[in-house]
Amino acid sequence: MNIRNNIAISESGFVFDPSTGDSFSLNPVGLEILLLIKQGNTSEQISDLITSRYQVEKSVFERYYFDFTSMLKQYHLLVDNE
Amino acid sequence: MEKLTFERPVIQKINAGLPSKFGISSRMEPITDIEGIPVRRLIEEFGSPVFVFSEATIRKTYKEAWRAFSTRYPRVQFAWSYKTNYLNSICRVFHQEGSWAEVVSGFEYDKAITNGVPGEQIIFNGPDKSRDDLAKAIANGSLIHIDHFDELYEIIDLCGTSVKRPKVAIRVNMDTGIYPQWDRFGFNYENGEAWDALNRIMVSGKMDLLGLHAHIGTYMMQTGSYHIAADKLAALAVGLERKYNHVISYIDMGGGFASKNTLKGAYYPGSDTTPSFDDYAEAITSSLMKSEIKPENLPMLILENGRALIDDAGYLAGTVIANKRLADGRRATIIDAGVNLLFTSFWYEHDLRPAVNVSDQTEDTTIYGPLCMNIDVIRGSIQFPLLKKGDQYVIRRVGAYNNTQWLQFITLRPNVVMIDITGTPHIIRHGETLNTINDLESVPEHLESTDNGTTQRTK
Repeated sequence: MNIRNNIAISESGFVFDPSTGDSFSLNPVGLEILLLIKQGNTSEQISDLITSRYQVEKSVFERYYFDFTSMLKQYHLLVDNE
Repeated sequence: MEKLTFERPVIQKINAGLPSKFGISSRMEPITDIEGIPVRRLIEEFGSPVFVFSEATIRKTYKEAWRAFSTRYPRVQFAWSYKTNYLNSICRVFHQEGSWAEVVSGFEYDKAITNGVPGEQIIFNGPDKSRDDLAKAIANGSLIHIDHFDELYEIIDLCGTSVKRPKVAIRVNMDTGIYPQWDRFGFNYENGEAWDALNRIMVSGKMDLLGLHAHIGTYMMQTGSYHIAADKLAALAVGLERKYNHVISYIDMGGGFASKNTLKGAYYPGSDTTPSFDDYAEAITSSLMKSEIKPENLPMLILENGRALIDDAGYLAGTVIANKRLADGRRATIIDAGVNLLFTSFWYEHDLRPAVNVSDQTEDTTIYGPLCMNIDVIRGSIQFPLLKKGDQYVIRRVGAYNNTQWLQFITLRPNVVMIDITGTPHIIRHGETLNTINDLESVPEHLESTDNGTTQRTK
């Protein structure tokens, strides 16, 4: 699972998809996760990284993580490569 | 190293559109405390969800309305509309401020009596007054607002057995320019029925005709309608003086003033569009002052407002149960108060706020209540911050009708708390328990055993 190559992501959380012209906004946690996915981290690695930095239980984080990635898929920003 | 506060990750599609110059800030300010008490503490102490009333806000709103009318008209009297909220403590705040009671059933009448309201300060409205109710109201010298001819003849009949003369008014419905026209309460003005009823009362000679009453609608946004209604009631008063040399004591303009809640489908928020008490007062009092009623005979002006006086003082605080994603990708947030507690969510876009500090990020969210019912929707679509399970919320302006129309459906009704003017919270209605419900039930003897009886029948 990775972010499509042509997706532009700004430092402030602005996302642009040149193939559709759609743009999106991310909150800071969303931006951090998107960048971790782009860097090729697995779901387990992302969960470890986020839960070590933020006040959130792993089980709680995973709920929100899978909800978030389902939205990325719905917006066609993610491609499955696993 | 201390860990950072977690906010759930969110991505939102940006939909560019034409900006509105009347645009409203999308930033949602949290309500972290009510009258200085943290919402978190209120929920810890009194449970979740919990209704919270501010006594200070009730008194402040009452005084604001009173100032608007009493500075424009010499004789004004408010009567608290029991059906809007008949929790005894709420009623007593209004009675302390000087309100009479306006009731619409025998049950509400008895509640007003137990709240210490003198009989002659109770206005008895409504289409359903039993013979016993009427007899009691006559004996107590209450003001009976006659709704239909059957009631009028019942009162005439009761005059034969009653020592006291009934004190009555008639309810008048009329065309005030609003649609749909309310014509179910009282006697119609335009077709002459109201004048007919007044003649019958005067000719009977058995009652004291003290007033004229109209209840033209609810959530009235057009103050001009009150002006028209006051014109028509004043015309009836002048007619009585001319024909019978009878001067009425009061004109009762009913209630119906809008609160600052936003109606479903409204383009602008209610806080921007609702007329002020001054607007309503100007419409009504200017009509009475310019009427042909002689200045020395100007009747007392009675107002029976409920919603506009109590809505702002009520809050519903509670907790987020869960978040989920709907089929079309929209966020759904489930909270622990549904339409069972918030009946008004059927017609209002309620002002729902987080009770915790949140970031500026929001998502298009549907807010569901906890009931296992598809209609249990508190907000169909709201740009709402990213609350997590266990986070707390507050819904503003829920003081009117919810504590009288709430349903004991699936679950129990919670505590109702009032914060007094010193900032001390008091439970004014205890949360229901299983016993509250079961104590009203009885089980026939043959159903006392849970054994289905098959064993006995096969023997």
